[in-house]
Amino acid sequence: MQFMGSKKKWWFIISGIIIIPGIISLSLWGLPLGLDFKGGTLLELSFDQKNSVTTTEVKNALKDINLGDIVVQSTGEKQVLIRTSPLDKESQQKLKAKLNETIGESREIRLETVGPTVSKNLTSKAILAVIIASIAIILYIAYAFRKVPRPANSWRFGICAVFALAHDILAVIGIYSIFGHFFGYEVDALFITALLTVMGFSVHDTIVVFDRVRENLQKFSSKNFETIVNESIIQTIARSLNTSLTVIIVLAALSLLGGASIRHFVVTLLVGVTIGTYSSIFNASPLLVVWQNFSNKKRSQTI
Amino acid sequence: MRKNLWISFGIIVILVVLAILVDLPKGPNIKIGKYFKEIKVHEGLDLRGGTHLVYELDLSKIDEKDQDNAVQSVINVLDRRVNGLGVSEPVIQSAKIGNKKTVIVELPGITNIDEAIQEIGKTAQLTFWEQTTSLDSQNLSSQMMGWQPTSLNGSHLKKATAQINQQSGEPEIGLQFNSDGTKLFAEITARNLNKPVAIVLDNEILTAPNVKSVIDTGEAVISGQFTLQEAKKLAIELNAGALPVPISIIEQRNIGPTLGLESVKSSLVAGLIGLLLIAIFMIIYYRLPGFIAVLALFIYTLFALALFKLIPVTLTLAGIAGFILSIGMAVDANILIFERMKEERRLGKTISASIDEGFKRAWSSIRDSNISSLITCTILYYTTSGIIKGFALTLAIGILVSMFTAIYVSKTFLRLILNENNYIKINK
Repeated sequence: MQFMGSKKKWWFIISGIIIIPGIISLSLWGLPLGLDFKGGTLLELSFDQKNSVTTTEVKNALKDINLGDIVVQSTGEKQVLIRTSPLDKESQQKLKAKLNETIGESREIRLETVGPTVSKNLTSKAILAVIIASIAIILYIAYAFRKVPRPANSWRFGICAVFALAHDILAVIGIYSIFGHFFGYEVDALFITALLTVMGFSVHDTIVVFDRVRENLQKFSSKNFETIVNESIIQTIARSLNTSLTVIIVLAALSLLGGASIRHFVVTLLVGVTIGTYSSIFNASPLLVVWQNFSNKKRSQTI
Repeated sequence: MRKNLWISFGIIVILVVLAILVDLPKGPNIKIGKYFKEIKVHEGLDLRGGTHLVYELDLSKIDEKDQDNAVQSVINVLDRRVNGLGVSEPVIQSAKIGNKKTVIVELPGITNIDEAIQEIGKTAQLTFWEQTTSLDSQNLSSQMMGWQPTSLNGSHLKKATAQINQQSGEPEIGLQFNSDGTKLFAEITARNLNKPVAIVLDNEILTAPNVKSVIDTGEAVISGQFTLQEAKKLAIELNAGALPVPISIIEQRNIGPTLGLESVKSSLVAGLIGLLLIAIFMIIYYRLPGFIAVLALFIYTLFALALFKLIPVTLTLAGIAGFILSIGMAVDANILIFERMKEERRLGKTISASIDEGFKRAWSSIRDSNISSLITCTILYYTTSGIIKGFALTLAIGILVSMFTAIYVSKTFLRLILNENNYIKINK
């Protein structure tokens, strides 16, 4: 079974196919930001007494209330989701009172208010967390693989792993943008959590393969680098796929049967873990080989 | 050698029994001498419903060096007020958002959120004013024209009690001052005989009775148009003390309990189904060792749940998801070990040698790959709060416990059960 050699370009092409729709979606539709990052007030109400409530009814009722832009979504026969800029207690009461008199009694399903300081802070924290995680991971892998024999060097392992990681992050964000446009997914704190978890797990998988590469390099120092990587993949593919399979089974069960409020979170994890498994086997390792070949060529040129 | 194995097995059995005791819904609590700890599942806000509030503190009038004290005293006052509301297991802690100091207040299980917020957020500054003829009215609202503040205020209060007046049958609030307050109050009443003294709460005059005699007992009564409910609330506020600085809500999330309950049930069912599917897969693919892995997995679940109850870890829905995720990852280690064992076996080694080699060689993979997940968990834990923090914690604990069960428990079982005969028969 030949995974390296001429097949390398296929793996990169497939990666492209995974990432490109996401990038297109990002440039067309961007990422729908949720309350945590945009700030604002979100009120979900259920009008239990009525048979049905339409968004137009609600919009009309709130027409003259003077509380700025109001977006109304329907989340059920008699349920609506109202979004506004951040409202204080009084304004919230005013809004509810207006709806009570025009449409009828409402029951609050949930209320979330996020002020601008909180949302700005969360955005910078999230970006920081992702950057710190990437750096920490490079450092850790470089340290863990410090005893890797020449010609490979440990930094390359770390950086290739992070490239695979970057691929995963880009893919997940891109796919989330597509989901956002078609299924109403929103970027909230849980999305960042899913992203970071996927990062941790994707590296987890990459290390399984790299570990074997390291071992084979120590055992068969005479063989060609590309051949060693190829054999390492063949030897580890069973375990790589199986370990991911168990996680995917569990996540699939959770996303189909589990609670609605974490469904987006679980689906994101599922997508991320699947792509992460792919990139561990078919991105990280070929990258190592390409880098090695490149530096070999340079070395032979300078000689 | 065998003896050591049986000892290990015995230890595992004891741990399992302990874990089961802890995991039982109405199991026993820990009582060691004076140390008592109730063992139960601590449910997070999204499971019980309630509200999550973040207050921003207006520290503009406070010196740098006194700011930490101000924050701490805000926390103390809020703590007393929340306890007065009767909320069980509230969370009140300080946090920083950018360079603003904030206080997070979580009130699980509370039903009348708006009332609670009103109660908590009042500055509740109690002051006593006497009449003045001077027309120096800077900083005075129109209400307070003609009055001047005395140095007696709420901080001199020892205790406030809501009570029913013996004679009128009306609810009122009895005040008892501390020694400084008693002295001040005596002076004030002496100065203002037959004149009114205003008792003001947060710039609103509660009542302004005439002073009929000099009071040197340090006891006073606030009577007005209170219902007993209002009197009780006011007493709680006065006892809790005043907030040193004004606070305002910058984030609020109300969560209805029904959302949480349904989600938990369906997520637990999903987790169980996932577990079952993994078990089936492992047994089909790895046969006897697979069965042992499933056993180890089951024991892992018992241990992890017990730890969640003991530490305790506040369980949120995301936390449950993290725990279920860690179950999927727990099998990981076993798979790595078994694949390794297969290889060693193919090289012609004996069963026990294959087991040992398998565990030894696989350990570096297991350790390195789990550490990377733990790194992201740590980053998540220290940069977030509330629900996500719970997820990071349950995932991290899950990973650590799974490393223990995969290696210690699986190895013991494998060495005890697997031998040349059943390995060849069952595994190709």
